[in-house]
Amino acid sequence: MSILVFIEHKNCVLNKASLEAVVAAQSIGKDLGLKVSAVIPCSQDCALVQEISQYDLEKVFVAKNEKLNIYTPDAYADAWEHIIKQTNPNYVVMAHTYQVRDFAPKVAARFGKELVGDCIRYTNNGGKLTLTRRIFLGKLEADVTIEGAAPYFVTFQAGAFRGDNAEKGSSQIETIEVEVKDLRMTPEEPFQEAKASVDLSKSNIIVAVGRGIKSQENIAVAQQLADALGADLAASRPICDAEWLPIDRQIGSSGQTVAPKVYIALGISGAIQHIVGMKNAGTIVAINKDAEAPIFDIADYGIVGDLFEAVPTMIEEIKKAKG
Amino acid sequence: MKIIVLMKQVANKDAILRVSSDEKWIDESNISHQTNESDGYALEESLRLKEANGEGEVVVCTLGAQSAKTVLKDALARGADRAIHVVVNEPNKLSPYQIAKTIADAIRDENADLIFTGLQSDDASYGQTGVILAELLGIPNATIVIDLDRESLGDSLRLKRELESGWYQWFTYKLPALLTIQSGISQIRYASLKGIMAAKKKEIRDVMPEFDNYASAQKIEKVYLPLKTKQTQMLGGGDVKKGAVELVEKLKTEVRVL
Repeated sequence: MSILVFIEHKNCVLNKASLEAVVAAQSIGKDLGLKVSAVIPCSQDCALVQEISQYDLEKVFVAKNEKLNIYTPDAYADAWEHIIKQTNPNYVVMAHTYQVRDFAPKVAARFGKELVGDCIRYTNNGGKLTLTRRIFLGKLEADVTIEGAAPYFVTFQAGAFRGDNAEKGSSQIETIEVEVKDLRMTPEEPFQEAKASVDLSKSNIIVAVGRGIKSQENIAVAQQLADALGADLAASRPICDAEWLPIDRQIGSSGQTVAPKVYIALGISGAIQHIVGMKNAGTIVAINKDAEAPIFDIADYGIVGDLFEAVPTMIEEIKKAKG
Repeated sequence: MKIIVLMKQVANKDAILRVSSDEKWIDESNISHQTNESDGYALEESLRLKEANGEGEVVVCTLGAQSAKTVLKDALARGADRAIHVVVNEPNKLSPYQIAKTIADAIRDENADLIFTGLQSDDASYGQTGVILAELLGIPNATIVIDLDRESLGDSLRLKRELESGWYQWFTYKLPALLTIQSGISQIRYASLKGIMAAKKKEIRDVMPEFDNYASAQKIEKVYLPLKTKQTQMLGGGDVKKGAVELVEKLKTEVRVL
């Protein structure tokens, strides 16, 4: 009776989202009376193994095969299939990262299963989990149960648990030589497109624009507000895709993660992919035409209405306030 | 070369959503629909790949109610060659594995060289139909694809995957393969008048699927508005200018950044 939790890494450097998954697994383990073990796929003497073994886990399984040196969905799926068959877990818990999205549904499918993916919390109903996930771009939440026999595959959204709550302890390290069949894809080295010339993680105030800004010319409106506040300008993904602002201004899972003192979201609906990049801001202000936009769920202050009406008034008032 | 593009009809981005009376989904009556955003990019990328290759066929496929035919007709007008409609009246009642299995059965005999989908749907957002489908068809998958090296197309294809935090990676995949496409990969074309006229003569084949009992489905028990984690102060009460004045006051007195 056990839970397996996936430890994701790049060249033996931990992806911090995995610690959140450890916390989720430890918490579920306590509620359901299941022991938690970690799984690290790696080809070498992974420097991460010792670090992970310092947490309160039953075992740390190191899945070894030279084909696990650099990530591919085929190699990871084979490694996981091997580990699951050998250990028969009740639950497999992972962070909902881009890498997990690439291989985890494949592993589940090999066992005739699917993921309950991108969950934000769970509740224990007499030994069965009810998992909550966001649907319709975050506008609604759904409570989900899983039927059938174990293993159950669950992934949690970034920020659903706090990684620094991972309980320390000690665990036994066990190496498993896993079988990996021929790979149908050849990876090249990962690279960073353009090194971010603007480091928004150090900004005190951020004014961010989304689809509601409507055109490239209107960016100037947001820029004026940013200037008045002494803020940096940022954007959600569609704005950078349209090249209205450079990609180094993008906030969210595919861009920068920020936690400024104040974050002002102009015409940003608040898709999950954006929210994970800014929800830890001290104060969140949302101005949006759509009263049901999910951004209002995490906002401290909200104005429902046209940003082109609100912003000029704000600029005027800020100038007055600053004297 | 044959490319199958999977596309889904979803609630319009701006639609006001109401929870259905059984609280298991939304009330689908009286809401407008649109093609799932990333699926539109999947179609565009398949058309560009076919054009670069000089020959080939783009087959668009959807699983959904009769109303989802609009998605197929629109894709045919943009340049897809023919369409397959897997007719399912309440697709939201199917779990991702069931959806993937049903599509796999419908398209297996097409023996496509490539299958494109959007990276996830904007309604249920399972984000796994493509990956499970690839596994069921015995072909490799690449998710969150943000660029294709069209020149490389042959027995394999070189593609660029988006990783997190501004990182990317190129992979070369043996074909056949399934790719899930990220929004924003390219500029989506409009349907021309000529395209719309031509689409009327293109084939849309209906497939009436049979469902096996699937014991491991995830089941939606209850749908509701998100629980608020924060108390939001709504300002202005409908008067935007008044709200803006109040907001600056709050920034000064409560947040103290001015």
